[in-house]
Amino acid sequence: MADTALIPAERARPDLGAILYWGFVWGAGILVLIYLIGPILLALLMSFNSGTTLAFPPKGLSLRWYAALLDPVQSEPIHTAAKNSFEIALCVVVMVTLITAPAAWALARAPRKMVNAVEPILLAPLVLPSLVYALAALLALSLLGLGPSFIAVLIGHSAVFAPLMFRTVLGLAQRMNPALEEASATLGASRARTFLRVSLPGIAPGILAGAFFVFMQSLDNVSVTLFLGEPGRTMLPLRLFAMLEESLDGRVAAVSGLLILAAALLMFTLRRFTGRAAR
Amino acid sequence: MIRKDTLLAWPMIAFMVLFFLAPLLLLLGISLRGAEGGWGIGNFVAFLDDPFERGVLVRTLLLGAKVTGLVSLLALPLVMLYWHAGPRLRGVILVCALLPMLTANVVRTFAWVVILGRNGPISQTMLALGLVDRPFSLLYTEMGLIMALAQIELPLLLLPVFSVLNRADRATLDAAEVLGAGRWRAWFSAIFPQIIPAVLAGWVLVFASATTSYVTQSVIGGARLIYLPRFVYREVGVLFQWPSAAAISILLLISTGIIMLGLTMLARHERLRAHG
Repeated sequence: MADTALIPAERARPDLGAILYWGFVWGAGILVLIYLIGPILLALLMSFNSGTTLAFPPKGLSLRWYAALLDPVQSEPIHTAAKNSFEIALCVVVMVTLITAPAAWALARAPRKMVNAVEPILLAPLVLPSLVYALAALLALSLLGLGPSFIAVLIGHSAVFAPLMFRTVLGLAQRMNPALEEASATLGASRARTFLRVSLPGIAPGILAGAFFVFMQSLDNVSVTLFLGEPGRTMLPLRLFAMLEESLDGRVAAVSGLLILAAALLMFTLRRFTGRAAR
Repeated sequence: MIRKDTLLAWPMIAFMVLFFLAPLLLLLGISLRGAEGGWGIGNFVAFLDDPFERGVLVRTLLLGAKVTGLVSLLALPLVMLYWHAGPRLRGVILVCALLPMLTANVVRTFAWVVILGRNGPISQTMLALGLVDRPFSLLYTEMGLIMALAQIELPLLLLPVFSVLNRADRATLDAAEVLGAGRWRAWFSAIFPQIIPAVLAGWVLVFASATTSYVTQSVIGGARLIYLPRFVYREVGVLFQWPSAAAISILLLISTGIIMLGLTMLARHERLRAHG
């Protein structure tokens, strides 16, 4: 422990209180850590399971479920669903970036009063259950005489997930030193040049982090997709949940393995990237 | 009067008002629509009058409270460990907290289907230890659902608290210990007050997300444990009862809203007191 050095010697000698305290902190702390991460590791382990059922512990290890998942004939519905979901998620990220990044950047410079006035509506989707929003959006659609469509899902996802990027960009934009932009302007750079060379690099990690959150959430969302999507265009999470409820297929484990890998990879790249930018 | 330099904020504000706020207002409007035309709170009264439907609302709110309670119990030792940890261990804990949040819902739910199942690690371990004489399943039980939701929502409480601890002043705890406060007292009197606003913010997120996690509730809770989200979905998707579905979702919003508002005001009060 780094801080034991700061405790006077007579207090550092072990006593029952200290044993209890450190036992709780380390013992219970590590147990909770296992509780937190164990299920993810378990899902990963099950994806390499060689048996026909998902029994624990797995009888042997193999890549058979990954092979089954990649098989174009057997897993055609999953592939189509994945393609549909990726398309939507990419469009959502682009749309959210276009409306959110400029807004967050501008609001970081706006008077506190205005930010306080508009922030609740810009952040509300974070706490509003997306199921309720999906219901409301479907109602609005049907009152307009429109049916579920790609555009409806795109707009719905963008409205629900925009706050994720708004938050990450606003945080960085607020911490940026305005003197940098002023200096750039004083030194004769045009507004556009100042934005591209000074402001944008400042908020880029926020945009990237936000884009990543938005992408994963869009890929993962069930309720908005379920209510606003065309019934004929199955999305990945809907397909997987159907599989989860009907037959506990090993391919669900394989997809889980891939999704965990994607989350881990993206998290580490992001940490590197934003970590460097913060320093 | 629109200031020129805030011009870039308006597209997003317009987008959110038009595509987010407006549909919700429509929903509120239709929930107040009577069966034979006219306006009123008939849909709300009908829902609250029905003992079964009222039971669903109460059960949902209780689920939120139970999950929030378990999450808080679990978070305490980990938050304390995070506080004492050096930068390397802090990094590890942060990764462990971020990873479950970033992995897809389907993955987390799938993992719990395996864990809680008859052939899962819980049942198999207890069988091997001789604590039970036949395999059992915790799937489709509320206990299983609470355990799963607690793991899924734990990061929502941890992350805001960690970010406060990153900024917190280590010297206060050292000072409290040097001044002779016991370790527990030092922690609870010097560090805990600093994280209270973050804890309340985390509670809001955990509660809101546990009460409305349609997917986890239906897959782990099964068909017999009915909570509001599934109820609403049935009302619209199967029965096409728009006004009543709208009323139920507004009720869900109001009841979680009241709890959130209370917690937020408490947080603001705490913050004022801390800075006062």
